[in-house]
Amino acid sequence: MSVALRILDDGAWLSVNDQRRVSVSELWRLHAPGFCDCPLVDFIAEGFTEVSADGRDVAVTTYGKCIACGESGVPGKLPVGYINEGKYRNYDRENIVMEPISDRPTKNQQ
Amino acid sequence: MVDAGADCLQVELLDGCMPTDVENWKSEVYGNEIREHLMEFAEDGWESIPEDEHDAWFERFKWWGLYHQRNGQESYFMMRIGTPNGVLKPGQTEVVAEIADEYARGPETNPEFGDGYVDWTTRQSIQLHWIKLEDIPDIFEKLEANGLSTQQACGDSWRNIVGNPMAGKAPEFVDAWPVIKELNETFKGNDDHSNLPRKWKVSVTGSPDGSGQGDINDLALEPASKEIDGEEVRGFNVRVGGGLSRNEPRLARDIDVFVRPENAADVAGGMSALFREHGDREDRYNARIKFLVDEWGTEKMRRVLQEDFVDFELESAGEDIREQYTYNAGGEEHGDLIGVHEQRDGNYYVGLNVLVGRMGADDTLELADLANEYGSGEVRISQRQNVMITDVAEEDLDDLLAEPLLEDYSPDPHPFMRGSVACTGTEFCSLSIVETKNRQVRYARWLKNNVELPDGVEDFHIHLSGCTASCAQPQIADISLRGMKTRKDGEPVEALDIGLGGGLGENPQFADWIGQRVPADEVPGAIENLLATFEDNREGGETFREFIARHDEEELEEFIEPEETSYEDPYMHNTKMTWYPYAEDDDMDASPAPTDGDGNSIGTAPADD
Repeated sequence: MSVALRILDDGAWLSVNDQRRVSVSELWRLHAPGFCDCPLVDFIAEGFTEVSADGRDVAVTTYGKCIACGESGVPGKLPVGYINEGKYRNYDRENIVMEPISDRPTKNQQ
Repeated sequence: MVDAGADCLQVELLDGCMPTDVENWKSEVYGNEIREHLMEFAEDGWESIPEDEHDAWFERFKWWGLYHQRNGQESYFMMRIGTPNGVLKPGQTEVVAEIADEYARGPETNPEFGDGYVDWTTRQSIQLHWIKLEDIPDIFEKLEANGLSTQQACGDSWRNIVGNPMAGKAPEFVDAWPVIKELNETFKGNDDHSNLPRKWKVSVTGSPDGSGQGDINDLALEPASKEIDGEEVRGFNVRVGGGLSRNEPRLARDIDVFVRPENAADVAGGMSALFREHGDREDRYNARIKFLVDEWGTEKMRRVLQEDFVDFELESAGEDIREQYTYNAGGEEHGDLIGVHEQRDGNYYVGLNVLVGRMGADDTLELADLANEYGSGEVRISQRQNVMITDVAEEDLDDLLAEPLLEDYSPDPHPFMRGSVACTGTEFCSLSIVETKNRQVRYARWLKNNVELPDGVEDFHIHLSGCTASCAQPQIADISLRGMKTRKDGEPVEALDIGLGGGLGENPQFADWIGQRVPADEVPGAIENLLATFEDNREGGETFREFIARHDEEELEEFIEPEETSYEDPYMHNTKMTWYPYAEDDDMDASPAPTDGDGNSIGTAPADD
């Protein structure tokens, strides 16, 4: 079984099997001490540039900003969902703390 | 395919193939041939599009002016009609109004605009929303029977050509309208130029005011003259690589080429072909020609154009007239074509202010009627989202100006109304982070009612864009607003970054982003305080743009003092997470989409999480 992952429309959203599953403008909490000095990064996703798969995790490289301190940039690959039994499932992104995945293979955005 | 390991999961990373997945789709079916498939899908209905081909087909449909609306609005499309240089010939405005009235109605209404409305865009095009796939054949038939088209209104090819909308009517240094028509006829539906690495935005301006906004286009033809063989020839200087998107704004750069009007199509086609051959098809973020100009520099751009894409000797740049540019130049002149202006033939055109560019179908129909009654029937669209009624005889002006429609679409609007520009925003757009059009309407009204402009300030541009795509062109406004989020009392709210000092003219300048993450309900207070500071501290007759330029970033930061006022903002919540921001039940799960051709729900959201 395969899962099709794409970033489309100038990085506006992540498509999983031709369905829009993650959209810019979501607010995420990140444990990313390398991104800014905030204990938890209060991160707004402004644009997706890449998608990667690592084991079960589906991660998007995301440009955005910490709305607490104003630091902007790319904190890394952020796991937004996972594959279970061949199907994509969203993480409960509103209520989890994400941690950037590093050093995994990626491909460019659409 | 990537073997993801222990559970033998295979994941297709379809976003980064070499070339990209979009390029693969384009290589299979693109350009004119998309239409045949589009019509088949329309005939068979929304559900006939194979579920695993949605991404591919929606990407392709853009070429025919159809953009799938955002999450929660599946099966509905934005339809863009390309009107070269914003010219609507007699009878066409009525057709647009009738189509909006019949087809551009969604399951909910907008509290400011109702439903069935027309958007005049910053690229002199027309956008309609809530278009159903099943209605497209009838709409195309009606459009094309009246000389209108959606062809290449979106997608990776020649977009709508822009310029001074009054080309051919208002005073011009060089006649631009024949060139615009030739370019449009040559490059619309042209298989050699239908599949470019990315969008291709062209501006052609003949007027001396700079209102074609060439500086922010991929390719700009700007009025110039040159002595050739002892004779003064009027034509265009060529600039390349302007644009505002992606937090990477660029001004178009002078490549030292002068072109006669009769050679404009050859040079424009040569540059389009250069882009086709050398643009980046492996990374869509890097695909726009502005990045190629960054990489190559202007000398190489000119050299490759000359050596490989044009078969005559290019002239070096002529003498431009940029010192005459008044449009959005930060001075005292409006330059926005609003109001009553004399044409070259002694008739007049009347520019009407359309707040944030949106006009209801009934009002659009009335506009068409007025254009027929008092003018030639022609209507023109400006890059400030406004409209012009042309060819009005002097003796008919008073009667036209007394028409009730002009009370709502004024030829003499308050500066806060005439200066407002807004993009589509989260109402329909996938990229936007905040609500825009309704908010800018509310901002303009509140500012008009509550804030005195300093003496002599008649022109004050506030542009609100929902994201960094910059469709409202925020970087060239006096006050630039860009969608953001922040927390207020611990709760996430819609917010705006505030930029200052942008504008065009002889020496164009992009705004610097000074104010960060200002809660949207405190932005009017911030503008009020900023204007008060300007009034208190300006030197002599200093313009706002000059005042901003005189201060450094630290000083400007102090001038932006966000403050709650009597302004109320009903869109502070995360409007993007709703299916429609103004629906009574706006929860994503309450969306009726997707729907069939009659508007009946036919599907549900993904059920795997």
